[in-house]
Amino acid sequence: MATQASRAAGRLMISPAVILLFLWMIVPLGMTIYFSFLRYNLLIPGDNPLVGFENYQFFFTDPNFWPALINTLVLVLGVLLITTIGGILLALLLDQPMFGQGIVRVLVIAPFFVMPTVSALVWKNMFMNPVNGLFGWLATVFGLQPFDFLAQAPLFSIILIVAWQWLPFATLILLTALQSLDSEQLEAAEMDGAGPVSRFFHIMLPHLARAATVVILIQTIFLLSIFAEILVTTNGGPGNASTNLTYLVYSQSLLQYDVGLGSAGGVIAVILANIVAIFLMRMIGKNLET
Amino acid sequence: MGQIELKGVTKRFGDAEVIPPLDLQINDGEFVVFVGPSGCGKSTLLRLIAGLEDVSGGEIQIDGRNATAERPAQRGLAMVFQSYALYPHMSVRKNIAFPLKMAKMSQREIDAKVDNAAKVLNLSSYLDRRPGQLSGGQRQRVAIGRAIVRSPKAFLFDEPLSNLDAALRVNMRLEISELHNTLKTTMIYVTHDQVEAMTMADKIVVLQAGRIEQVGSPLDLYRHPKNRFVAGFIGSPKMNFIGGAEAAKYDAHEIGIRPEHIDVGTTGAWQGRVTVSEHLGSDTYLHVQTDYGIINVRADGEVALHHGDTVWLTPNAACIHRFDQSGNTL
Ligand SMILES: Nc1ncnc2c1ncn2[C@@H]1O[C@H](COP(=O)(O)OP(=O)(O)OP(=O)(O)O)[C@@H](O)[C@H]1O
Ligand SMILES: [Mg+2]
Repeated sequence: MATQASRAAGRLMISPAVILLFLWMIVPLGMTIYFSFLRYNLLIPGDNPLVGFENYQFFFTDPNFWPALINTLVLVLGVLLITTIGGILLALLLDQPMFGQGIVRVLVIAPFFVMPTVSALVWKNMFMNPVNGLFGWLATVFGLQPFDFLAQAPLFSIILIVAWQWLPFATLILLTALQSLDSEQLEAAEMDGAGPVSRFFHIMLPHLARAATVVILIQTIFLLSIFAEILVTTNGGPGNASTNLTYLVYSQSLLQYDVGLGSAGGVIAVILANIVAIFLMRMIGKNLET
Repeated sequence: MGQIELKGVTKRFGDAEVIPPLDLQINDGEFVVFVGPSGCGKSTLLRLIAGLEDVSGGEIQIDGRNATAERPAQRGLAMVFQSYALYPHMSVRKNIAFPLKMAKMSQREIDAKVDNAAKVLNLSSYLDRRPGQLSGGQRQRVAIGRAIVRSPKAFLFDEPLSNLDAALRVNMRLEISELHNTLKTTMIYVTHDQVEAMTMADKIVVLQAGRIEQVGSPLDLYRHPKNRFVAGFIGSPKMNFIGGAEAAKYDAHEIGIRPEHIDVGTTGAWQGRVTVSEHLGSDTYLHVQTDYGIINVRADGEVALHHGDTVWLTPNAACIHRFDQSGNTL
């Protein structure tokens, strides 16, 4: 906007939306922070005294805290790894002219439209179940012992399920990025003597860097708070093997009715998310600059 | 060496035959320009030579060796694209070095060659910039630099100057001509631009609908066009065509006379009225309404004629081109 007056008018116009959004965000956050300093357990009636950092201390010293933190990071990194690499490969594949391209593309996008709870249940019961699941059946066909995914590799199984859900998103964004690559650049590289592999690493991959950054940033935001998939498959177990921070907060506050402790966990999760975000922006944020 | 020969080369896209069987001989060191109306297959022909498109039939020979099945890189040709096709994420230095790196040359050799090319093309102070931080002319020079470091057998240019403004185009035109004089490498150049074709070419190839209408030196085409199409295509402003009784006087189906071969006076063969006069300073272009239609005349810059003036036109009889029924020159 050009002039002082139009700029001021512009600010005025967008202020209701901004204020609403700000309140929408700040009120729950403020309440969470406030609760996190209270002794507030629904099973212990009475007043809720301010107890300072007691809740945080409990949360940090909870034997489940560090495993949950590590599980969260492993989950995020694992899914990111699978979806970006798999997404690039799938995008390359879908970019090739082939028979039934339209249908194949729709099929690839499909998992994104399935609700997390549903897809996790489908995976749990129809694929990974050692008795009824497809993988178990395949194993017995080849004369192997069926593998009980969710019991023996719970975190890995959840990574697999979540990655399956997010792969279409990554593929779609990377595919559009790939299609926006100027074909003359590839032809120039071909004339310059670059084979398919060199063309991929020297021309395509740098071109995809920006889209991949967007994929990683957006996915990280959602992956830090994975919950439904864990709830319907492993319930965070066995033990705490598949408990992430979100799930830990849930089990603290809802299963144990301790609002104060759960709030403290929530605040810690927010701080962790911010640390991860800053870290990511430092690492790959420069890709977004023009 | 950079001798290229096309023998019966054809190209089909699906059912559409874009290039019917075509023969063309390009000698070593020649500057060959492909011209023709839009969509006539100039780019396609260039891409066939480059190896970016497969031929549907026929044979492409480079230095006497059958190169039809060779990949683009193996043919030893370099191409400069209309959009420059620079690699946006690499510095100018890396862009120019890319073909050398792909050829697995040593870093010392690469540096020497890149510095040399940068000096030739006046790019030395931009080597560390990205293509996005360069002007159009500089980008064009980087694209040329990337082509010359490989010491190719021939350069292929596809309308390399069409994205530049008029002044820069003149400059780059001279630079490319100069480059050709120093390198003495075969160059094949596709353009829409009359002036580029006439000034740069050793040999012009006029194409229409994938067919070669005529091959020859610029002046040859200007003076002795083989047919009506070439006559109308080469030369600017375009040749005037007159049919009917006036043509019959010259024993032809149709006659053609270039605007610069018509004299304007107070008496003459054809009477007409000026509809538009364009004063360019050095020349005046007159559009004259006559009994035979609008005739364009290129007159002296001093001519002070305006809309509505009556003039008499006299064609220079020696410069009249005569065409038969099917458009061939008599
Ligand atoms: N990939 C393709 N598939 C189908 N038809 C094509 C393809 N590429 C080019 N053509 C057709 O081939 C013909 C020649 O195209 P080409 O690009 O060679 O024209 P051109 O002479 O370079 O035109 P311009 O001067 O506008 O660049 C056109 O009719 C075009 O529609
Ligand atoms: Mg073209």
